[in-house]
Amino acid sequence: MKRLDLPAVAGAPTLQLAGISKSFGSLKVLENISFDVARGETVCLLGPSGSGKSTLLRCINWLERPDGGRVLLDGLPVGISTGGVVMSDRELALMRTRIGMVFQHFALWPHLTVLQNVMEAPLHVQKRPKAEVVEEAQAMLRRVGLLEKQDVFPARLSGGQKQRVGIARALAMKPSLLLFDEPTSALDPELVGEVLAVMRDLARDGMTMVVVTHEMAFAREVASRVIFMDRGVVVESGTPEAFFNSPNTERAQQFLLRYVAAPAAPTP
Amino acid sequence: MIHDFGVVWGERGLLLAGLGNTVLLSVLAAICALVLGALLSTVLMRQSKAPVLVARVFVDGLRCTPFLLFAYILYYGLPSLGINFDNWSASLTALIVYHTAYMAEILRSAWAAQPRAPIEAGMAFGYSGLGLFRRIVLPPLLLTAGPVVGNQMIQVIKDSAFLTVIALPELTHAASSIQSRHYVPFAAFIAAVLLYWALCLVIEAGVASVGRMAEARR
Repeated sequence: MKRLDLPAVAGAPTLQLAGISKSFGSLKVLENISFDVARGETVCLLGPSGSGKSTLLRCINWLERPDGGRVLLDGLPVGISTGGVVMSDRELALMRTRIGMVFQHFALWPHLTVLQNVMEAPLHVQKRPKAEVVEEAQAMLRRVGLLEKQDVFPARLSGGQKQRVGIARALAMKPSLLLFDEPTSALDPELVGEVLAVMRDLARDGMTMVVVTHEMAFAREVASRVIFMDRGVVVESGTPEAFFNSPNTERAQQFLLRYVAAPAAPTP
Repeated sequence: MIHDFGVVWGERGLLLAGLGNTVLLSVLAAICALVLGALLSTVLMRQSKAPVLVARVFVDGLRCTPFLLFAYILYYGLPSLGINFDNWSASLTALIVYHTAYMAEILRSAWAAQPRAPIEAGMAFGYSGLGLFRRIVLPPLLLTAGPVVGNQMIQVIKDSAFLTVIALPELTHAASSIQSRHYVPFAAFIAAVLLYWALCLVIEAGVASVGRMAEARR
């Protein structure tokens, strides 16, 4: 497989979603979702469980196939080619190399060491020269603070360490866009901070990211924009200041009451 | 009795030639069956119904056929349809095809028990088709299914003994010849059993080393 280096369409935003819809059987999980993400933006998708955030994220790289709508990455179509034909697995795979993804349950490859996990796709999918890949993979591991763990297997890492490897693995692809699917939801509370710190640095360095999260403090501090979803539709979107301080809709107000204003449950 | 084993020792050349053929046959068959079984498991795991059904019938049909009968069909049955095998190619074909069915089923069930997320990550990172299978799906499968695959390889070795009936000069055939030539059945057959056992120990050692690799990653 050769690396697809189609040039980005000049002036196009990094991500454009237009009219994305998705049903599971008779259940409509996404209805006509449209928004753009500009280069360097960090967009946080917020909303109650079951609101369709994760499904939407998975529609961006077609891990979930949308029933309707278009996805454009750097102005180039994902999933359905310009001619309106559904892409072959191979064409789709080539587009996916431009989109990094970080998973809720880490999804590291268990048979490979930490360094091998980070090198795997750049080496065998993008077919970049080995010396360059090794050097960059180590640089990514240094960036997430795990270079000393490079020869360890994922099973020997803590959840927070696994997720930082997951981020390094995604960065090593040099993606145009990074997707985060509830990256801290599977972590013990004391391990959440180390992952959020890495993500905060990425946002500051101008990485373009779409983040599904329940970490309201993170969204408030780091997001360029928040998008609030409920029952498969975008209810509200705007700057974090506007959304958290003066939400427009009742649904957003209720959501914020539950997730932010509610007194923290005493932890045992 | 000691004398009988002495007689077998005198025929060690014949016995070792038989052992050599058994090893050659088993190694070739086990490797081919594993590779073909892995490919067939990808068919068994497809979404579309028709290819799965065809593969299913093949796998279940063979698993329910006694190996001896299957070898008879290839060697004695097929010539009546105009397809002729010599005893080596009939033997190899029988072992490979028969055990491909088992390997496919072993890998399919191990695959079905794998967590889905790492495979999905493979797709998200640009793998598809055979590349996804070879680099992301298969390695953890072989690690977890190692002991069962090893067991199947032992079965390959034991099934190769049946091929004496189509006059393949393997280990059981050699032991048979020695006993009928010198009337030393006990010594000849025990010598063969010990050699089979030695082969199984080699497989067990292989399984143990795969087990250590799996343990390091668990």
